[in-house]
Amino acid sequence: MTATAEPEVGKARLRKEDARLITGRTRWTDNITLPGMLHLAVLRSPMAHARIVSIDTSAARDMPGVVAVLTATDLDPDGEIGMPCAWPITPDMRHPRRPVLAATEVNFAGEGVAVVAARSAAEAEDALEHIEVEYEDLPVVLDMEAALAEGAPLVHEDLGTNRSALWVFDSGEAGTGGDVEQAISDAEVKLTRRFRQQRLIPAFMEPRSTVVDPTGPQLTVWSSTQIPHILRVMTAMTLGVPEHKLRVVAPDVGGGFGGKIAVLPEEMMAALVARKLGKPVKWTESRSDAMLTAHHGRDQIQDITISATRDGMVTGLKVDLLADMGAYLGLVGPGVPLLGAFMFNAIYKIPAYRFACTNVFTNKTLTDAYRGAGRPEATFAIERMMDELAAELGMDPLELREKNWIRHDEFPFTTVAGLTYDSGNYEAATERAKQLFDYDGLRREQQARRASNDPVQLGIGISTYTEMCGLAPSRVLGSLAYGAGGWESASIRMLPTGKVEVVTGSSAHGQGHETAWSQIVADQLGVPFEDIEVLHGDTQFSPKGMDTYGSRSLAVGGTALVLAARRVLDKAKPVAAHMLECSVDDMEFTGGKFTVQGTDQSVGIQDVALAVFAAHDLPDGYEASLDSDATFDPENFSYPHGTHLCATEVDTETGRVSIRSYVCVDDVGKVVNPLIVEGQIHGGLAQGIAQALYEEAVHDESGTLTTGTFADYYLPSAADMPTFVTDRTETPSTTNPLGVKGVGEAGTIASTPAVVNSVIDAVRHMGVDDIEMPCSPMRVWQAIQGGAR
Amino acid sequence: MIPTQFDYVAPATVDDAVRELADAGDDGKVIAGGQSLLPVLRMRLAAPAKVIDIGRIPELRGIRDDGDAIVIGAMTTHYEVQRDPLVREHALLIATATDTVADPQVRHRGTFGGSIAHADPAGDLLAPALAMDAVMVVAGMDGRRSVPASEFFVDYFTTSMNPAELLVEVRVPKYTGWHAHYEKFHRVAQSWSMVGVAAMVRTDGGTIAEARIGLTNMAAVPVRARAVEQALVGQAATAENIKAAAEHAANGTSPASDGNADGEYRSHLARVLTGRALSAAIG
Ligand SMILES: Cc1cc2nc3c(=O)[nH]c(=O)nc-3n(C[C@H](O)[C@H](O)[C@H](O)COP(=O)(O)OP(=O)(O)OC[C@H]3O[C@@H](n4cnc5c(N)ncnc54)[C@H](O)[C@@H]3O)c2cc1C
Repeated sequence: MTATAEPEVGKARLRKEDARLITGRTRWTDNITLPGMLHLAVLRSPMAHARIVSIDTSAARDMPGVVAVLTATDLDPDGEIGMPCAWPITPDMRHPRRPVLAATEVNFAGEGVAVVAARSAAEAEDALEHIEVEYEDLPVVLDMEAALAEGAPLVHEDLGTNRSALWVFDSGEAGTGGDVEQAISDAEVKLTRRFRQQRLIPAFMEPRSTVVDPTGPQLTVWSSTQIPHILRVMTAMTLGVPEHKLRVVAPDVGGGFGGKIAVLPEEMMAALVARKLGKPVKWTESRSDAMLTAHHGRDQIQDITISATRDGMVTGLKVDLLADMGAYLGLVGPGVPLLGAFMFNAIYKIPAYRFACTNVFTNKTLTDAYRGAGRPEATFAIERMMDELAAELGMDPLELREKNWIRHDEFPFTTVAGLTYDSGNYEAATERAKQLFDYDGLRREQQARRASNDPVQLGIGISTYTEMCGLAPSRVLGSLAYGAGGWESASIRMLPTGKVEVVTGSSAHGQGHETAWSQIVADQLGVPFEDIEVLHGDTQFSPKGMDTYGSRSLAVGGTALVLAARRVLDKAKPVAAHMLECSVDDMEFTGGKFTVQGTDQSVGIQDVALAVFAAHDLPDGYEASLDSDATFDPENFSYPHGTHLCATEVDTETGRVSIRSYVCVDDVGKVVNPLIVEGQIHGGLAQGIAQALYEEAVHDESGTLTTGTFADYYLPSAADMPTFVTDRTETPSTTNPLGVKGVGEAGTIASTPAVVNSVIDAVRHMGVDDIEMPCSPMRVWQAIQGGAR
Repeated sequence: MIPTQFDYVAPATVDDAVRELADAGDDGKVIAGGQSLLPVLRMRLAAPAKVIDIGRIPELRGIRDDGDAIVIGAMTTHYEVQRDPLVREHALLIATATDTVADPQVRHRGTFGGSIAHADPAGDLLAPALAMDAVMVVAGMDGRRSVPASEFFVDYFTTSMNPAELLVEVRVPKYTGWHAHYEKFHRVAQSWSMVGVAAMVRTDGGTIAEARIGLTNMAAVPVRARAVEQALVGQAATAENIKAAAEHAANGTSPASDGNADGEYRSHLARVLTGRALSAAIG
């Protein structure tokens, strides 16, 4: 296939972007400095809910270096600008206007009320302390159930309710399954549980930053964003700047985890200030502001009922969710629970299913996509329920799963939630995981420890997950009322010297696109890996794209790349035939060369590129370009799956949980670069384990975030992680020509329930059947005390 | 986050540093390793007009043998303390506690004196200093004075030094041949102690001859677990005796509650961890 003997796809190549990303010698947004640029700092409300009585900016304006101090009145005098929400999940969804800066009322602690523009960042920050704001307290509502109660204080008085929307899926009504109420009332066994998905902070490494330049033909916005293309459209629509007058650039971006799938009030603010003052401006947030004001993730209350027969066949599943939106709706926030709606049934053949979700406003930072977005919540709930059901039935939890899962010979399988899983092999992944884990040996040790009353008890946790990713078929998105499509684009340009420029519409922020995309193109075109440059994240050279989230880049963007490469070859072929003086039909392409079949006459693709550039001797009527574009819209999602097994030791005297071993066997389809896959799995596991054991965003009763620094928000580091044992099975996806699935979120989705299940398994014999996340030592110890009572 | 503007000086001697401090009145702040002060400045929890860097004063660095005590210069980094043979031999408790502080980056910058002067109730080096009856040598415009650990820590982040004084060094009596262990309980690798126990015993044959135990984060200041110490003396060093004595660990304490640990749980941890610290010390 390629110029080299070995295909590039499948090689564990070191990432070509890493040197510059790791050393930081690159273009982060905050490294961009323009002549005459001013620095912005935002004054934020310390109150979670208050009326703004007055804002006095006069003293701040007199501070050294200050050029302007602006409020909502200056930036949006008519109160017309509202931050966009692209996912109105129901026609009657309540969507309060989120202003760029609060004008009359603040609705969460951290909401911006004024902005200083100064000659230096330090002077801007100093001036903030001299702005006087008078607030009048309004009642604060933080708890979702309290927010829905009769007579509750309202986050937005004019809406008359704290309920944003109710979204329901019912398999009986949809015709994808039976009636769940019937299934539950007929059931031999039924279980009900309430789980809480705590609030999490995405905690990307690079705080958000934006630079806006109003000089020149286009308004140029650099931003540390995952979504430069969506940001361009949304900025045009939000501010009324004609789209062709806007250029958006995401330079190198230091992580996002969904936290940068957002259109920020600060981005709009920077654009407004830049236009008003006629000067470039920069806003870079502090870590504290990132923790407080970048959207948070999760925050759901899940009421789950599962029904089954005595011998362990699941007959029905009912899910009632409350999802905390925070004070406003984020860009896709309302739809996050919907991304879980199709996943609660997971890998199981459940005959009846109903899902209902109520989105609720509270006086807290808004929530939106965070690694996994909806799917970790769903996977947690079903995998916890499977363990609880196994305990109730006295069955081995793996055996229960096996009884209910879709067998490998039953694919493609249409689920009770209406998705068609194209492929999978849960048996193979589970078998391999059991071997690597020594499942039977650990079960024996667990028995021995229980028998000897060992103060350190052993637990085994299981998570056999799948997820839908590779977002997304545009038709499906349309049917869910999402505001855009799910296609991706790619362009390939053959340069005269035979080098290749690849432009992808998917915008990497740490994933390794530059390496993986180069590997794919190297195989497709048969050019050396080193000869390929992958460009992304600038609407000037990449006008089309849907950006990066939902484990979509490879499955959708990678496929667009393959299609574009095929077009390059189609265009090159007549030229090669012309050069070799043979018929197009006699040509074959292998290893980067066009060869006349059955001869040793050949010409390399890079030589064809030069010939096309010179254009001295091309076939008659030939359009002198090999450059090609392609857009791919998938017809279905891809469905990674796998089996994760976690053994934890629980110190029953202190409640401390330590992970003794963690085995995961994931099936992410064909692998382009095993090192990148491994990295994504490791990072994903760490993030999911963190939800299970460490992280939680906590607000006090006044609505102040009390975990706003890394001293109290427990982000684990490598030192807190066990050595992961990872392996893969490879069942190619049939929904794209590369056979790839997605791997960006799998680890996070799978690991949280594996860990919590193992903690509970360790102490179940002590009377414990649930522990709220994160399973902190105090919570575990208290649960054991409670179980013993 | 950006600190408010301040003047920066880097005196070369203790006398100059003390003069700078006196000149600054209430508006001066010493910076040692900066690991605790910089976050405070950046979050604008303090806004000193002058920051006095004591990192260029040779006298403040290093560890020396001074007869019946070892003397640790205030600017000695955690990393240096961890690796110092005198500390390992005569003040093992400080070595094992320092091993648990933060991460390698912080240990290369943060200092022993800075930790003591900062007086964070969750800091890991206060309880060892208390348990060992360390003496803080403090310099002011009127010369130097010595303050025993039992009088040095006054309240949360508060010592009996006045703002114009500088901690010069810490004299730690030698506990050569004592068994020692610091048992720390925390959430993630680089977080502070929820509870910590600094335990040190001298054994004679199989019998505990002396015991010294300091507790981290069981009050606004480090405290001694005197009831445990008394219960141990004269007892055989057995698991049962240690466990029984450790039951007294929380006596007389009234630990604070926070999201991580309420008072009841902290008291429970103090008992469990005291037993573990003693067992680990005796080995
Ligand atoms: C991520 C992180 C994790 C940490 N984890 C731990 C931990 O687990 N356990 C732990 O014990 N500590 C921990 N620390 C704190 C660390 O030990 C600090 O080094 C220590 O608290 C302060 O030492 P410093 O030299 O950095 O002092 P600085 O930050 O420079 O100063 C701290 C305070 O002490 C004053 N000061 C310093 N030196 C003197 C002196 N000679 N005379 C008078 N006043 C002085 C300063 O004015 C300031 O008020 C951690 C710090 C970080 C950043």
